Amino acid sequence: MAVRLKDMLKREPILSSGHRMCAGCAAPTVVKLMGMALRGPTIVCEATGCLEVATTIYPFTAWKIPWIHVAFENAAAVASGVVEAINAMRDKGRYKDEQVDVIAIGGDGGTFDIGFGALSGALERGHKFVYMVYDNGAYQNTGIQRSGGTFPGQETTTSWAGKVEPGKRQRKKPLAEIVAAHKIPYVATVDPYHYRDFITKFRKALEADGPAFIHAFSPCPRGWRSDTSKSIELAKLAVETGLHPLYEVIDGKEWIMSGPSKRLKELRPVDEYFKTQGQFKHLFKPEWAEFRAWIQEEVLKDWEELKRKCGVS
Amino acid sequence: MPKRIMFTMGDIACAEGAISAGCRYFGGYPITPATEIAEWMARRMPEVGGAYVQYEDEIASITSVIGASWTGTKAMTATSGPGVSLMMEAVGLAVMTETPLVLVNIMRGGPSTGQPTRGQQGDVMQAKWGSHGDYQIIALTPASVQEMFDETIRAFNLSERYRVPVFLLADETVGHMRERLVIPDEKDIKLEYRKLPTVDPSEYLPFKPDDDLVPPMALLGTKYQFYATGLTHDERGYPSDKEEVQIELITRLNNKILKNADKIVEVEEFMLDDAEIAVIAYGTPSRSAKRAIKDVRQEGIRAGLLRLKTVWPFPERHVVDLATKVKQIIVAEQNLGQIYYMVKAAASPTPVHLMTKPAGMPQLPQEIVQMIREVHSS
Repeated sequence: MAVRLKDMLKREPILSSGHRMCAGCAAPTVVKLMGMALRGPTIVCEATGCLEVATTIYPFTAWKIPWIHVAFENAAAVASGVVEAINAMRDKGRYKDEQVDVIAIGGDGGTFDIGFGALSGALERGHKFVYMVYDNGAYQNTGIQRSGGTFPGQETTTSWAGKVEPGKRQRKKPLAEIVAAHKIPYVATVDPYHYRDFITKFRKALEADGPAFIHAFSPCPRGWRSDTSKSIELAKLAVETGLHPLYEVIDGKEWIMSGPSKRLKELRPVDEYFKTQGQFKHLFKPEWAEFRAWIQEEVLKDWEELKRKCGVS
Repeated sequence: MPKRIMFTMGDIACAEGAISAGCRYFGGYPITPATEIAEWMARRMPEVGGAYVQYEDEIASITSVIGASWTGTKAMTATSGPGVSLMMEAVGLAVMTETPLVLVNIMRGGPSTGQPTRGQQGDVMQAKWGSHGDYQIIALTPASVQEMFDETIRAFNLSERYRVPVFLLADETVGHMRERLVIPDEKDIKLEYRKLPTVDPSEYLPFKPDDDLVPPMALLGTKYQFYATGLTHDERGYPSDKEEVQIELITRLNNKILKNADKIVEVEEFMLDDAEIAVIAYGTPSRSAKRAIKDVRQEGIRAGLLRLKTVWPFPERHVVDLATKVKQIIVAEQNLGQIYYMVKAAASPTPVHLMTKPAGMPQLPQEIVQMIREVHSS
């Protein structure tokens, strides 16, 4: 699907303005981009999270397509039920639409952590649906607690930075890789800056013959303590520093690096990314220089490994 | 630590109470309105040589607490509505394995996601009946920031003494209100610890109770060999499908709480001496009730308050006694009536009136005044 800006702007947005998301939050942009990739009737099943709570409360209810809030841990399971019930109804001739797409959405907490079991189960069973995680790097909705999606060095209210701790010490869970290991038809990482890449991939996900997974990077000025006008730039920077490389994985075996990542001659230093956010400020203290260097090393190692998988030299 | 004074919120007072009680392990997971407890513990645990670990969900956080408790560490978790629901299987496991632990539930509006930032007292029956099977737990209901501290310590002491999960059931208002907190000198805090076995390891029977119906608890990694299992087990800890083993075990697990109820239950009696009308309340509504009682006494209505600081085991004896002294009872709860049914059964034939409020704002003093007036004139 070729994406042209002119065509995109003609699409009716699936999320209206006037919702209650924070200033500068990238999640509504992520959802609007998703909306531009839709091919017809679509149902959204959404886990508890910022996006759920802030886009639905009356009178700020913003969704223009059928939408169901599920609990925190089960977006993929509810979507499974929706898909299979529609199939059953269609077989009986009681469902008219030939084509209904089902999308499950969760934040990083609802996907990397509490919803992971439900996600893995749905992928194994092979329902035809798309799961999209909007990853803002922490439980931002409850007030910025660390999650499996939190980067090392990130300070949150349950991974404090101080004299003895540099924020979160652990690596970020390699979720897209874990999902790809289920050998589902389609996995892709996206970000809202590279909108053509985003929409093209989302459409591929919808057209995949089986479960598909989209990992969307979503800057959060409130939690990250970053400038509200810089969110889309931060998404770009995350790609350029290798913190959120863009790629696709087909059937769990064919790894394809996407243009914006592939075109990078070399990665920019992670320091450039860290400097833009209050949540990494402490890393520039002398006592964390070594830890910061370790993060950089790990990012470079992961980058080399990804290039090898994608056959990029 | 010497005596300290803080001006702080109930959630933080609870976390400080746990630290003063000797809690050194917190299995956390964020959820409004209990998150502040996790955040405070994440900061404080490293300072006191304990561990804060955040899990991938509430099922993992409470079961990690069970594991931690068996090492001999005092351990807790804190959550709310949906999190408690996920933890319920583990509550049964802790009951069956007789694992001391404290589960803080900062009650929010339910069911389901409900109203995360608003209070309710909708989980009172869940605490007692939420896991499957016949069992008893202990549940305490603090009504102030100071009590969030004090009752958390009491929760740990009771859980250690009876080897049972203890709920701290605080409505969101208590969890989030800010008040003065006095943290006593550590010398003045009475702490209890589980009974450890003293017999030779060859004679140790891990689930053979003493006269108080509580067995001494061996710890993981000590010289005592034992199994702890959620299956019905005999005194040796071995699973059994025999009828008599099931009956003996669950009867004891229930009786160790019910027969010790007088040592567990605490209530506050307020202006009850000459009262004709008694209000029964706990948590935030009990504060409105106090104000209301003072007000109606100005009008010559003799009213008083029985404030439940313990809801499980249910303070049956206190309610039975009360019912013989007063003419009418009003139960004011921030729900559609839960403890009401317990009170009604215990107080019969004294009339019991229910005053409900299943929402974030508790019964206001003037609303309780109105209710007392109506009951008085009826």
